[in-house]
Amino acid sequence: MDNTKLEELFQAKVDAELKIEPKDWMPEKYRRNLIRQISQHAHSEIVGMLPEGNWITRAPSLKRKAILLAKVQDEAGHGLYLYCAAETLGIGRDELVNQLLTGKAKYSSIFNYPTQTWADIGAIGWLVDGAAIMNQVMLCRTSYGPYARAMVRICKEESFHQRQGYEIMGILARGTAEQKEMAQDALDRWWWPSLMMFGPSDANSTHTESIKWKIKRQSNDELRQIFIDRTVQQAEVIGLTIPDDKLKWNEETKHYDWGEIDWTEFNNVVAGNGPCNKERLAARVKAHEDGAWVREAASAYAAKRSKRTAA
Amino acid sequence: MSNLNEKDWPLWEIFIQSKRGLEHKHVGSLHAADAQMAIENARDVYTRRQEGNSIWVVPASAISASSPEDQGAFFDPADDKAYRHPTFYTMPEGAKYI
Repeated sequence: MDNTKLEELFQAKVDAELKIEPKDWMPEKYRRNLIRQISQHAHSEIVGMLPEGNWITRAPSLKRKAILLAKVQDEAGHGLYLYCAAETLGIGRDELVNQLLTGKAKYSSIFNYPTQTWADIGAIGWLVDGAAIMNQVMLCRTSYGPYARAMVRICKEESFHQRQGYEIMGILARGTAEQKEMAQDALDRWWWPSLMMFGPSDANSTHTESIKWKIKRQSNDELRQIFIDRTVQQAEVIGLTIPDDKLKWNEETKHYDWGEIDWTEFNNVVAGNGPCNKERLAARVKAHEDGAWVREAASAYAAKRSKRTAA
Repeated sequence: MSNLNEKDWPLWEIFIQSKRGLEHKHVGSLHAADAQMAIENARDVYTRRQEGNSIWVVPASAISASSPEDQGAFFDPADDKAYRHPTFYTMPEGAKYI
């Protein structure tokens, strides 16, 4: 069969909402796009452990420490689900890890911002995980089977992440004047970067095939708007103010109108010049190198065990 | 046997039984140096919320699969055998428990 015919069959399957599985024929570009998107997503989960890991030793109570540890451990698990999904497309784990450690691969820019106060842990859970969930819920219906299945698992686990963050923010907002100020400050710093997580606005997005191939099911701007509509209400409930003076309910569209994202900042952080880009990558490289003896020991132990069973 | 290099750790397919009496279901895969480590890693990766009560791990390389290209021809012997389903049969009105 020639490629045009194969591509027609492939598109027919996608249009009929049939999942594409690893052994199915797929356009080379579909495969490449998926490897890029899934591995970026995996790297984001892994790098995402760093800003929060920063607060594990300083969480204000044993309960919060246990919660944060569980959350960070979940992020590691999510990274692993996604690496495995990417591997079904014919790329090796070592190559994926290498792309991250050498700076060749990208991860979500949001993790290049620092976590300055405890309230930042609240803001990350509420806003960053909240924004990620919007995207991930959509991806539960993505056309590639292994990616969709990984997303279903991730979404099940992710909702506690957002709720624990919102709870932290609510408690601080009800606390002393200083605590409320800390919560508001975190919201002020994380709001716009969280909106940037949805990516360039539709007018400037270059990935039109993603929609045709049903890798993505909703556009960046659509998801961003739903996130804003939901989060504004949540902020009101806990008495915090969204840092956008153009924010206003629009009775006609039934959505909030809102201000303008600073795309220069966005492009700058993507290009590697965010506040923590270098620090994050250095931390990953160090963790990988420092962990080498563990991997060697695991190999040695497996070899010893197999010798003992053979004897 | 010499040590496996970390990048050659085999891929294991993971099957979890969520409750006694239910089947083991495929949940995903992971890399590990041997079966025992695959089981321990599977516990950490796939059962952090009491999702399982038993784990099977199978080297991915040990699985043979039917090929998607032949899917039509391979499964069509079952297509024209509607009489294998109970709904194929006409039951007289009023008959009970059948």
